[in-house]
Amino acid sequence: MSDTESETRDAGFDEWLDAAEEGAAYYLACPNDHGSLPPRRVCPDCGVTDLEEASLPETGEIRTFTVTHVPTPAFEEDAPYATAVADFGPVRITGQVVGIDTEDVESGLEVEIEVTVSETTGERVLGFSPV
Amino acid sequence: MSDVRVAGVGLTPFGNAPERTSRDLFAEASIAAFEDSGVPRDDVDALLYGNFMGELSEHQGHQGPLMAEAAGVQAPATRYESACASSGAAVRDAVMRIRNGEDDVILVGGAERMTNLGTAGATEALAIAADDLWEVRAGMTFPGAYALMAQAYFDEYGGEHEDLAHIAVKNHENALNNEKAQYQSAIEVSDVLEAPQVSSPLGLYDSCPISDGAAAVVLTSEDYAEEHGLEAPVSISGTGQGGDRMALHDREYLARSPAARAAGDEAYADAGVDAADVDFAEVHDCFTIAEVLAIESLDLFPVGEGISAARDGRTTADGETPINLSGGLKAKGHPVGATGASQIAEVTKLLSGNHPNSEFVADATTGVAHNAGGTVASATVHVLEVTE
Ligand SMILES: [Zn+2]
Repeated sequence: MSDTESETRDAGFDEWLDAAEEGAAYYLACPNDHGSLPPRRVCPDCGVTDLEEASLPETGEIRTFTVTHVPTPAFEEDAPYATAVADFGPVRITGQVVGIDTEDVESGLEVEIEVTVSETTGERVLGFSPV
Repeated sequence: MSDVRVAGVGLTPFGNAPERTSRDLFAEASIAAFEDSGVPRDDVDALLYGNFMGELSEHQGHQGPLMAEAAGVQAPATRYESACASSGAAVRDAVMRIRNGEDDVILVGGAERMTNLGTAGATEALAIAADDLWEVRAGMTFPGAYALMAQAYFDEYGGEHEDLAHIAVKNHENALNNEKAQYQSAIEVSDVLEAPQVSSPLGLYDSCPISDGAAAVVLTSEDYAEEHGLEAPVSISGTGQGGDRMALHDREYLARSPAARAAGDEAYADAGVDAADVDFAEVHDCFTIAEVLAIESLDLFPVGEGISAARDGRTTADGETPINLSGGLKAKGHPVGATGASQIAEVTKLLSGNHPNSEFVADATTGVAHNAGGTVASATVHVLEVTE
C-alpha cells in the first residue's frame, strides 16, 4: 500500500471511528425516528435528507454472533474471533467481540463499543466489549 | 405479451479447474446450449451474462462482449453483477425483453472462475458482496454472515446443527447421479457434525464449495419456437425480484429473507400459481441455513418449520416437495455468476424428463428456481412450467 493510499480516509466512516474512540459514538437520526449509520445523506427508511447526529446509547445487546475460523486474509492472524450483531437502540451494528473468550459470547450479552485493532493488518476494527 | 420458452440449456461440469478461463468455460456451456436448442447463433438478439468476481479472479472486466465472442454470437452483450444472483438477474431481464417483444432469442448465462484464488482469496472475493465499511472491516466473511443468520434462527425458532446436517446429506445424495456435480459422494450426518468449523455454528460441510463453471440457456419467444418447430416444452411463466438493505444488521429480520419472499410472491403472481402448485424447487443453498430460509420465503414451508423439513424427509427426492434435486449449490457446486442460470437449466431438465433425477418428479408440471445475492439483499425467483 502506498503512502497516499494509507492516508486516504473514508469520509463519514473514519470520522465515526474517531468519535467512537473518544467515547462519542453516534448514529444518524431522521425526524421520523429512524436511525441509520454513516456515511449517509438520505434516510433509507423514509427518504428525508435532514439527518442529524445523535448519541448512540452507551450499551448494546448482542442479538446474534458467530466465531469465525476461516477469515479473509485481512484477519488471518486474528482468527478465531467472534463477530456479532448488537442492538444499540435505534441502530444495529456489526462488530468483533473482544475482551471475552470466544466460547463465552452469547446472545443477550451486554456490550459497549470499543474500537480495536486487527492483529493482522494493524487497521482499526469496530469492536464490542462486555460491560 | 409473448410466452418465454427454454429452447436449450448447457452446463460445464462444476468443480475444480483453476487453469480454465471463464471465456473457455462459457464457450463450452454455450456450445451445449445451442446444440440442445437447435437455434442458430445468427438468430441471437442479445447476450445477458452474469459474473461476480471477474476483476479479482482473472483481472477481467467488461466481460459481456468477450463472452459473446467466446460463444460465437454477433449481438450486443451486457454483464450483470448482482453478487451470487448475477445470472438470476440476467435471466429475469431476458424474460422481460422477450415478453415485451424487444427480442426473440436471447442467450443468457454466466460463469465464474474461483478456485485459482485459493480459499483465502475466494473468501475475500466473496466477502465484497457485503457492506465493506460496516461488515467486512469488522471481520465478517460470507460464511460468517450466514452463521449470524443461523444463530439468530436457532434463537428465534429453535433447531440445531444436526437439523442443518440433514440438508447437506440430502443434497449430496441428490448429486450422486448428476455427472455435472462437483461432489458425487454420499455423506453422513456425523460427517457434517464432525467437520472443521468455518464460522460457528456452520462447518465445512454446511458450506458450498468454491467452484469453477458456467451455465448457458437459450430463451426464445413462443412465436419463434413455434415458427421454427423447436422442441421446447418448458416455459418460464413467472419472474420476480426482491431487494433488501445491504448490511445484515440493517434488516428488520435476521432470520428471514424478505427479498426472497417478495421475489417469490411476485413470480407466483406473475405465473398465476401459488406455493401449493409447486412440485419441486432448486433453491440457493450456499449454506445449509440458506436452504431453510429459502423454502420458508417461498412459502413451501411455514416460517420456523423449514429447519426440520430435510430431517423429516419432506424435501428429500421422494418427499412431498423435493428441494435441490441437482445437488444444490452444496453438492453441485457454486460458481457464483453461473448459479442462477444453472438452476434454470436443472429445473428445465427435471421438467422435461432429461435429468438423472427426473424419475422423482415424473408427474411434475411446475418447478421453481430461487437465486440469492449476498445475505439475500438481492433475490430472483423464476417459475417454470410444462407448456400444454
Ligand atoms: Zn426516516
